[in-house]
Amino acid sequence: MRASIGELLARRDLLYTITWREIKVKYKQSVMGMLWALLMPIVIVLAGVVIRYGFSLLGGTRLNAADVASVSVRAVPWAFCVSSIRFATSSLVANANLVTKIYMPREIFPIAAILSQFVDFLVAAVVLAVLLAVMNVGMSVQLVWVPVLVLILVLLTTGLGILLSAASLFFRDVKYLVEVVLTFAIFFTPVFYDVQMFGSWAPVLMLNPVAPLMEGFTAVVVAHTPPPLLWLSYSAAFALGTFLVASFVFERLEPYFAESV
Amino acid sequence: MTDPALSLDGVYKKFRKGELYDSLREFIPGFLRRMVRRPGRETLAPREFWALQDVNFDVGRGEAFGIIGANGAGKSTILKLLSGIMRPTRGALRVRGRMSALIEVSAGFHPDLTGRENIFLNGIILGMSRADVKRRFDAIVAFSGLEEFIDTPVKRYSSGMFARLGFAVAAHVEPEVLIVDEVLSVGDYLFQQKCLERMNQILSSGVTVVFVSHNLRAVSALCGRSLLLERGRVVQIGPSSEVIKGYLTRGRQTRSMESDRGIQITDVSLSSSDTSQVTFETDAVLEITVEVNARTPHQDLSVVIGIVDDSQYAVFDTCTRRLGAGPLSLGAGESLRCTFRLRLRLAEGTYHVNAYLHRYVTDRAFDRWLSAATFFVGGTPTVRGVAHLEPTLTRCEKHSSAPEVVALPVR
Repeated sequence: MRASIGELLARRDLLYTITWREIKVKYKQSVMGMLWALLMPIVIVLAGVVIRYGFSLLGGTRLNAADVASVSVRAVPWAFCVSSIRFATSSLVANANLVTKIYMPREIFPIAAILSQFVDFLVAAVVLAVLLAVMNVGMSVQLVWVPVLVLILVLLTTGLGILLSAASLFFRDVKYLVEVVLTFAIFFTPVFYDVQMFGSWAPVLMLNPVAPLMEGFTAVVVAHTPPPLLWLSYSAAFALGTFLVASFVFERLEPYFAESV
Repeated sequence: MTDPALSLDGVYKKFRKGELYDSLREFIPGFLRRMVRRPGRETLAPREFWALQDVNFDVGRGEAFGIIGANGAGKSTILKLLSGIMRPTRGALRVRGRMSALIEVSAGFHPDLTGRENIFLNGIILGMSRADVKRRFDAIVAFSGLEEFIDTPVKRYSSGMFARLGFAVAAHVEPEVLIVDEVLSVGDYLFQQKCLERMNQILSSGVTVVFVSHNLRAVSALCGRSLLLERGRVVQIGPSSEVIKGYLTRGRQTRSMESDRGIQITDVSLSSSDTSQVTFETDAVLEITVEVNARTPHQDLSVVIGIVDDSQYAVFDTCTRRLGAGPLSLGAGESLRCTFRLRLRLAEGTYHVNAYLHRYVTDRAFDRWLSAATFFVGGTPTVRGVAHLEPTLTRCEKHSSAPEVVALPVR
């Protein structure tokens, strides 16, 4: 694996260029351009606000600004997570032309797919920061956790992305499976709700490695409390494990890519 | 060769016919085997076949090496292994130095991006750094001749423009080892000339080149040594001219009589058939002998021979009728042997002989045998093209006269 990381570093110009191509091509011939980066988070936030409003009606409480802020803070990383996994999964098949004809470290394709989504994430994050400032959410020292949470999220999506990209090269079923899972994953992940709502069942929900990250985002940005450290280390270990397994599998399967597309 | 630029040592590659996997039941054991077992020491499973078997060769630094062989002989597989796209099933393969491949030169293009953006994209895909591309950008654009359209998305390009841009980028990668696969047939005549010039320039700069082509003329012109592949095995390695000769000799088949035909051409041979000579000098005398066998009686026959060049361009044809033999008749079980004597006023190149059996009057063909024989005309650097019109220089002198003053009409 050290060799492939070395190769990846040697071809970093290529990684940037492929990432740049993904971004450029996505917004080519579109009127809204980069504004599209905001669309998915906005839709998720709106859906979340509706759900939260429903909760507040049921519970007889009022929908407060902190709830809206909490949903928004989770929606942006969730949008990144979903679209980068979706995009990375199809990245190798979409670049079959290059995979079969020109040699390059193939990890570049899923990684570039995720990087290009990360640029969208950054755009949305900046807009979100401005909104949170307007909503007067406030700041605290807990914000230093944000890069850690983002890093774990990126590691996890990268691991899943490279694993699924290789798998979908051999089986086109993977793409549809991923599509189904991603569509309904939001119900199994605390984006619209908090895990505490489930009482003693909360730990079961936290087994989803994305859940501690979502809880963490609300904690550090909105509630100004530390993230759930134990669960966060579980997430980190899960992400690292996924990444290592994915890299191993990818490297083992790579010699067969060109003849298996 | 003390330090070869690339070497193949006992390389095997197997492929599978049909779909890769039919079911999960087949995939999962195969997948697990792949994960556990190291590559190598594999045997042939049902439906698998060897695309390459025990291929060994070295290419020295700065050498130009040709690979020839019929379609499906495994030439492209070797190139894919060399460029790292695929890995050999068994055997070792080493490439020393930065390598680039002139294969599928436009594969990296994205239709929605402009020519300028694609030059960067493709250049970097082919192994240049961003700084390299920036430095060579003007040269690439100038080579492609697409200055006017460089900011147009390449999806609006014609296929010729597309290919020219691809070649222009690839030709400026400046690797240490270059792999070339049949890319010189890009664009119009002028661009092809440019590509050949560029190839020669690359060759003379000391780059190691592996060249795969069906264009035997190009192989013999560019490569000192060549390798002949047949069904995945190395048949011959040596000086290009000899390997090409070997290829052309092996390619010559004799046909056996098909049972359902009443009359058939059974053999086409060059000069005296016992010497399998395939290389001739310009102006040499060549005899082409055509043998015809009849199972049922046929009348009003004429035997036609034609010569086409490597791009199937008709160079010449003649027939027994035009040469003064009247309508030929064959009875049941009779055979006919005609020998045509030609003077080869041809320029250097590869030529194929086609033979036809026509009906005397209506030109209806009873039988035809395309590329029945192939021969090679060598060593006349004074002319290019197909015809050798035996040029001599009869005058080449300078004149000087007082320049005439021409009055230009004023508008």
